[in-house]
Amino acid sequence: MPRLTFRKYLVLVGITVFSTVGDSLLARGMKELGSVSLHNIPGLLLSIANPWVALGIFFLLAFFSCYMSALSWADLTYVLPATSLSYVLVALVGRFRLHESISPTRWLGIALIAAGVGFVAAGPAVTPRRHREAAAEAVTSEAKP
Amino acid sequence: MSELYAWAAILVIILASTTGDVLLSYSMKRVGDVGDLWRHRGAFAVVARVLTTPTFGLGVMAMGIAFYSLLFGLSWGNLSLVVPASASLTFVANAAAARIFLHEHVGRRRWIAALLVAAGVALMAI
Repeated sequence: MPRLTFRKYLVLVGITVFSTVGDSLLARGMKELGSVSLHNIPGLLLSIANPWVALGIFFLLAFFSCYMSALSWADLTYVLPATSLSYVLVALVGRFRLHESISPTRWLGIALIAAGVGFVAAGPAVTPRRHREAAAEAVTSEAKP
Repeated sequence: MSELYAWAAILVIILASTTGDVLLSYSMKRVGDVGDLWRHRGAFAVVARVLTTPTFGLGVMAMGIAFYSLLFGLSWGNLSLVVPASASLTFVANAAAARIFLHEHVGRRRWIAALLVAAGVALMAI
């Protein structure tokens, strides 16, 4: 099993943190703008002018760079669950900064997500190339009998 | 009525973001390990190689559709419905799509992880 280096774990942490910060900033900006309708496409495109939305997009770009880097050396089905702690992070930010209360069901949700992250992180990060090529061959040979 | 709109937005988000994730993952696997490439050929080579991968542009387009559908969905429906519903179902859709289109080895461990995360995300909304 190829083990990830410290730097690669940092990239996974970057995905988690940047997407959380970016989403929170976007949500805040969109709340300021209010309801956007389908008849107001220019209004939707102009929502980028709101500073919160702009800052949110900046963080989402940082997230995107980390995400692309991770996908270059790890499987999609590894990266997605491994970085899902961002949902937990959002809840904890709400709990400790905005003093929202976390219900027992939400705590259960947090536990499930953490368990899922543990499950996938303990396994291999990438499907061996040989396996992937063999699978691709199996598919193409099935397609043309 | 706005409930129906919200679910339509959720469906579009799931389809678009799964398509985007699969295309982007496929592109980045073709580009190869970005860290190695950076060390040997420099940052410019990385950016050039990523941008000249045709499926990368398609993936970004699909992600853009997902992003704007999310903005629409958020303005029509509840934040607490749209975000968890689309995110949770996207995890499951991605696991299936990665297995079918990317030939990733989605073993029992990864299915359990995807389902746990999807269930957890859904619970966070209640």
